[in-house]
Amino acid sequence: MKTICFYFEIHQLRQLKRYRFFDIGSDHYYYDDYANASAVAELAENSYVPALTTLLDMIKENNGDFKVALSASGVGLEMLELYAPQVIELLKELAKTGCCEFLCEPYSHGLSSLVSPTAFKEEVERMQRKVKELFGTQPKVLRNSGLIYSDEIGEMAASMGFKGMLAEGAKHILAWKSPHFLYNCANASGLKLLLRDFKFSDDISLRFSNPEWSEYPLFAETYVDWIASLPQEEQIVNIFMNLSAFGMAQPLSSHILDFLKAIPAVAKERGISFSTPSEIVEKFKSVGALEVPYPTSWMDEERDTTSWLGNTLQREAFDKLYSVAERVALSDDKKLKQDWDYLQAAENFRFMTTKSNGIITERSIYDSPYDAFTNYMNILGDFMARVRAQYPEEIDNEELSALKQVIENQEVEIVQLEAELEALKAKAAKKTTRKKKEVAE
Amino acid sequence: MKVLMFGWEFPPHISGGLGTASYGLTKGFLPQGDVEIKFCIPKPYGDEDNSFLRIVGMNSVPIVWKDVDSSYVESRVGAIIRPEEYYRYRDHIYGDFSYMNTNDLGCMEFAGGYPENLHEEINNYSIIAGVVARTEEFDIIHSHDWLTYPAGIHAKQVSGKKLVIHVHATDFDRSRGNVNPTVYAIEKNGMDHADHIFCVSELTRRTVIDKYHQHPDKVTTLHNAVTPLSDDIMAIEPKKIPNEKVVTFLGRITMQKGPEYFVEAAAQVLKKTRNIRFCMAGSGDMMNDMIKLVAQRGIADRFHFPGFMRGRQVYECLKASDVYIMPSVSEPFGISPLEAMQCDVPTIISKQSGCAEILDKCIKTDYWDINAMADAIYAICNNDSLYEYLKVEGRREVDAITWENVALKLRRLYEQVMAH
Repeated sequence: MKTICFYFEIHQLRQLKRYRFFDIGSDHYYYDDYANASAVAELAENSYVPALTTLLDMIKENNGDFKVALSASGVGLEMLELYAPQVIELLKELAKTGCCEFLCEPYSHGLSSLVSPTAFKEEVERMQRKVKELFGTQPKVLRNSGLIYSDEIGEMAASMGFKGMLAEGAKHILAWKSPHFLYNCANASGLKLLLRDFKFSDDISLRFSNPEWSEYPLFAETYVDWIASLPQEEQIVNIFMNLSAFGMAQPLSSHILDFLKAIPAVAKERGISFSTPSEIVEKFKSVGALEVPYPTSWMDEERDTTSWLGNTLQREAFDKLYSVAERVALSDDKKLKQDWDYLQAAENFRFMTTKSNGIITERSIYDSPYDAFTNYMNILGDFMARVRAQYPEEIDNEELSALKQVIENQEVEIVQLEAELEALKAKAAKKTTRKKKEVAE
Repeated sequence: MKVLMFGWEFPPHISGGLGTASYGLTKGFLPQGDVEIKFCIPKPYGDEDNSFLRIVGMNSVPIVWKDVDSSYVESRVGAIIRPEEYYRYRDHIYGDFSYMNTNDLGCMEFAGGYPENLHEEINNYSIIAGVVARTEEFDIIHSHDWLTYPAGIHAKQVSGKKLVIHVHATDFDRSRGNVNPTVYAIEKNGMDHADHIFCVSELTRRTVIDKYHQHPDKVTTLHNAVTPLSDDIMAIEPKKIPNEKVVTFLGRITMQKGPEYFVEAAAQVLKKTRNIRFCMAGSGDMMNDMIKLVAQRGIADRFHFPGFMRGRQVYECLKASDVYIMPSVSEPFGISPLEAMQCDVPTIISKQSGCAEILDKCIKTDYWDINAMADAIYAICNNDSLYEYLKVEGRREVDAITWENVALKLRRLYEQVMAH
C-alpha cells in the first residue's frame, strides 16, 4: 500500500536593515522592525493561518487517516511569537491532534552543518528543547536548513540520536534509483533517509497556479492518479515544501487549499494512506545505503549548496561569520548569541547569489548581490568587533577552547568531589548514629 | 552594402565619447567584409586610421568651382584627399555658393572640435553634404548626433535614400532638463525626418520617445560596446601605493557627470577611514566649485585634481586606481566604466547611466544616494573578495561586449529600414 508523506517547513528570517559602514561601532541593532513585523503579519495572514487551519480541518475530517509533518526554525518561531502568536496557537492545536509530527532542524536556519559540527549540534539540541517545550514531544527526525544533506551530516544526526532525516531526491545522487524507497545513511546505517520527490513537490509549490503549465489546472484526482500509477513496489512518496507555498508562492485565489483538502478522500478511494516521517522510519526497511559525499539541497536546478556559497563573496561572508563560531559559543552574552542566530540564516547568503537561473532572485531590500554583500559585511564587521571585545584576537581558538575545557573539567571535578564529600559525610553521620546507638544500648 | 556616415570627430583627435563610438562601430563592420563606409568629418588631420573605411574631409570638398591643377591640390590637401576625388566632387557642385567664405580651393574651413560658431559650422557642413551626396554612391545614410542631422536630411533629400540617425546624447542629458531651444529644434527636426532612430541606451530611447515625441516603433536601442585595449596599454604596470587605495572619477567636471556627489561620498568615507585617496581627473566648468567644496569638507589632503588627461595618461590613471566611479546624473551611455573594467578596476556607476543596462558585474547606485556610494567605495576597499570578484568578473563581462556584435545587429537593422 502506497503512502504519502507530507512535510511543510515554517521559517521566516529576521530581515536586516540598511546598515552603512559608518554605523559600524556605534549601532548594534541590525534589524528592520517594521519590515519584519509587516512581513510576518503578511505571511501569517496570507499563508500560515489559512494553511494550518486547513491542515487542522483535514485531520479532524479524516479521523486520523490524514497525517502531516511540520518543522519550524527557532528563528522563525521567535518571529511568530513576536508578531503572529496566533500561528503558534494553531501549531499547538495541531500537535494535540496526534496526527501532526514535529521535526527538528537547526535553530538559526543556517549553514553550520557545513562548517562547524559543534555549532550545528548546539543549535539542533537547542531546537529539540524548544520543540519539546512548545509542542510536548521530542523530535526523532531531523531536517537540515535547505534540506542540505551529506554522509557527514547524516553521521552527525545519527550521533545525536535521530532515527531519520529528510533529504533531496536529487538526480545526481540517485541516478537510476527511485526516491520512493527508504534509504539509510552511508556512514550510519541507523539513520534512515526520506527523499523528497521533487516532481510531485514542485507540481504544487512551483507550478500549481501557472496557466502556461501543460497540466494546468491540476485537480486532486489527477494528482493522486499519478501517484497511484507508480510501480507497485515504489511505496513512499515524500512531498516536502515550504508551508508558504500555500498563499505566498501560489496565491490562495488559485484554490490551492481546496486542492490540498480534496487529496485525502481521493487518496482513500485509491487505497493510498498518509504517514509521518517517524512512522515511515519505523514501518519500512531501508533498501540500502545512499552515498552522498558532497552536500545536496533542495535549492535550484543544481540541488547543491551553490545558491548560498556559489561565489567568492558568499564564501567570504560565510567564512568570516563562522570564524567567530567558537568565541560566540564561549560567550554567555544573550544579545550576542541572539544576533549570531539571526546572522546565520541561510537567506542572508542567498541574497548575494550571482547565479542567473532564469528565475528572478528574491533579494529583500537589496538591489544587487553586491549590495547584499556590502550590507551584510558592514553588520558582520560590527558583530565581529563585539565578539573581539569579549575575546581578543591575540588568543587563538585552540587556546580559548583549552581554557574553556579546563574550566569545564574543573566544574565536573567540583561536582564529583562534592558528591564524594556528601557521600562521606553521610557515611560519617551514619557511623556516629550507629555508635550512639551502640552506646545507648 | 555602402553606407554614407556623417560624424563630427574620429580618433585620434577626439574630445568625447562620440569619436570613440564612431571608430568602434565602423571598425566592427570589418569582419562582415562587404560593408563600405564613407565617413564624413569636418576636419580630418590625416593621421586617422583609413584601413577599414574612407574618411571624407568636409574641409576639402569644394562647393565653389575653382580652376586648380592637380599638383596644387596635391600640395594643399594631399594628405586628406586625392586630386581625382577633388575633381569628382567639383563636378557635382549644385549651386552658387560664391557668396560663402571659401578658400582658394573653393572649400570651407572648419575650426574642428566644438568652436563658438558651432551653428555656422553645422550649416556649412550640411551644404557640403549636398555635394558629397550627389557625388557618392550609397545605399543608406547614417548620421551621428545632432551636429550632423541637417547634413543627413540634406543627403536624404538629394539622394532619396533612407536616413537613420544615431542618438549618442540629447540636450536633455547635457543640460539636466534646461534644453537649448535651437539645439532641441535641430534634434527634433532630425528625428522627424529620419526613417529610423538608434539610441545608445534604453534611457536615451525613452527620452527620444517622451521628449521628442517619436513613435516607439521607429526608435531602437543599440548599446555601445568597447574596443579591446592595445597591447602596449595592457602592458602598463599599475602604480599602486602600498596600504593606500585610490578611488577615481574621470570625465568632464560638469553638471551632467554629478561630481559633487562624488565629493560628498568621499567626505563620508573619510570620516571613517583615512587610507583612501580620491582623484577627480578631467576639467570642466564645475572644477573650481569642486575644489571649493573639497576644501569646505576638509578633505583636501586626500582629494586630488590632476587635471585633464589624454591618451596613455588615462589608462595609467585607471590602472593605478582601486575603484572607478561614475556618478553621472544623466548619461546616455558612458563608455568610461567599460574602459575601467578593461583595466581590471572594480567600478561603481549610477543607475541613471545607459551602460548600467548592459553591465552586471559592477555596483550600481542612484547618483544622489551618497550613502550607498560611500558604502560601495568602503566595501570594495575593505573586502578583498569583493574587489577580486568585481575585478575578474567585470573584466570577463566587458570583454564579451564587442563592436562586432553591435555591427551585426546594425546590419540587420539597416536591411530592415531599407526594405521598408
